[in-house]
Amino acid sequence: MSEIRFVEVAMRFPTRRGEVRALQQISLTVPDGQFACIVGPSGCGKSTLLSIAAGLVVPTEGEVLVDGMPAYSPGADRGMVFQSYSLYPWLSVRRNIEFGLEIKRTPKAERTRQSSELIHLMKLDGFAEAYPKALSGGMKQRVAIARALANDPEVLLMDEPFGALDALTRQIMQEMLTDLWQRYRKTVLFVTHDIDEAIFLGDVIYIMTNRPGRMRTTLNVDLPRPRNFEMVTSPRFAELRSQVVGIIHEESMKAVESELARA
Amino acid sequence: MSERVPATQAAPAASARVQRRRRGLLRTYLTPKHAIPRAMVVTLGIGSFVVILALWTWASATIHDPQHLFAPSPRRVFNAWVDMIQHRNFLSDVGWSTFRIVAGFLIAAVMAVPLGLLMGSFEIVRSFFQPPVSFIRYMPASAFIPLLILLIGLDENEKLIIIWIGVFFQLVLMVMHIAQRVPDEMLNVAYTLGASRWKVFYKVFLPATFPEVVDALRITIGWAWTYLIVAEIVAAERGIGSFILISERFLRSDRIIAAIVTIGILGLITDTIFGLIHRWAFPYVEKVHR
Repeated sequence: MSEIRFVEVAMRFPTRRGEVRALQQISLTVPDGQFACIVGPSGCGKSTLLSIAAGLVVPTEGEVLVDGMPAYSPGADRGMVFQSYSLYPWLSVRRNIEFGLEIKRTPKAERTRQSSELIHLMKLDGFAEAYPKALSGGMKQRVAIARALANDPEVLLMDEPFGALDALTRQIMQEMLTDLWQRYRKTVLFVTHDIDEAIFLGDVIYIMTNRPGRMRTTLNVDLPRPRNFEMVTSPRFAELRSQVVGIIHEESMKAVESELARA
Repeated sequence: MSERVPATQAAPAASARVQRRRRGLLRTYLTPKHAIPRAMVVTLGIGSFVVILALWTWASATIHDPQHLFAPSPRRVFNAWVDMIQHRNFLSDVGWSTFRIVAGFLIAAVMAVPLGLLMGSFEIVRSFFQPPVSFIRYMPASAFIPLLILLIGLDENEKLIIIWIGVFFQLVLMVMHIAQRVPDEMLNVAYTLGASRWKVFYKVFLPATFPEVVDALRITIGWAWTYLIVAEIVAAERGIGSFILISERFLRSDRIIAAIVTIGILGLITDTIFGLIHRWAFPYVEKVHR
């Protein structure tokens, strides 16, 4: 069992022109083994929400519970993958992947076994001893995901991990990730602004509103698993897509109007 | 990508010629930020020195100076340099100056790098040290020479402290900025992998700063030479600076020029050493510019 639960989480930033409400009254539960996607317009606070889940940011109000235990500080139970890869350039691919295991003082033989398995699984064979500078964007992100998985976290937090990749690479990475999830069944919280990505990957999609960020709607994705890329062209995918697009469009219009009203 | 072209298909000479024919001379050599053929880079690099020597020779021949007091030719300077090494014990002066640079610079670096790293990572340290360091940085090190002579006299310590003043305050701020530029996400990833604050500091933060710190050392050791020579010219019995001052009294401009060129060569050697250290210790650094 490893569920992650947000209880009445709110976030406010003091600024010179008064307080900015970034997040308001967020309550949601991601049960064990669920792949949950958070979609919303840029600036809606979805990345902040993820940082709060990771324990990197302390919310103004409310709390995050992992298996019922409050999570106030970052820990190995919540692995995170950032859009910017954030690999350690001075470590080889293998040592990057083993970083968390080294922290945990896992014996060397066991470390090597696990990293070798992940290197093969992430299609990084032949690059074990290469430095990150030799890798493409897609490969770097595969190393970052392998590094998070090697630590065997309860929850995987992903902050627009494929946002910096080109469309073709992104598609391949999405397929790899859905296969990985099928294999490991981690609880995943995945932030994106790509609607197709959210539908393709998620069991459930949370749609957030613009500032202050609030949960607008929850949408269950009833596409069968395991998923493959043919499903993107299925009629059900198109239906889900138009639903999400409709809601987000409505939200974006509201945001524009409120900006105009303020101006 | 040009890297993927097998070497056999792209012999350098042929490709340069082909490139010129296809693109025209102007486009090949005068496109902003565009690489030119390697052979041309080398030719231009050597050519600049040839031009300097030619202009110098021409100038010394043109200026009316029958006793060769003020405008010695390159040949004269070279002969003076050989004479200095053979009969004037110049290498001992070079040795003294080099010793002062290395000692003064090491003391400054050993103090500045840790303090700069701490200032860059902990706001509590930065808030305390940054105001005075930024203030003192604008005081020229050479202005301290008379004061130091009054306070501690003319011995070696005076020279080392001048170098220290010239290097320390600049280096602290450079290292501080390097530390501040370490991306937060690099540290945050380590936290989410279970690292403690201490482990994040020495396993992620420190190694992330190393290559740029070596770059900063490479830049600041060049400045150390300026301060040392000034200190030696003001008051010293040994060293390249004092050699220059004595040469001036005897109207030997050829020796002065030879000594200055020697400092340039020593600088090039230092730079090459730092370059090699960088390449050996940080093979993983992405080369942004060639």
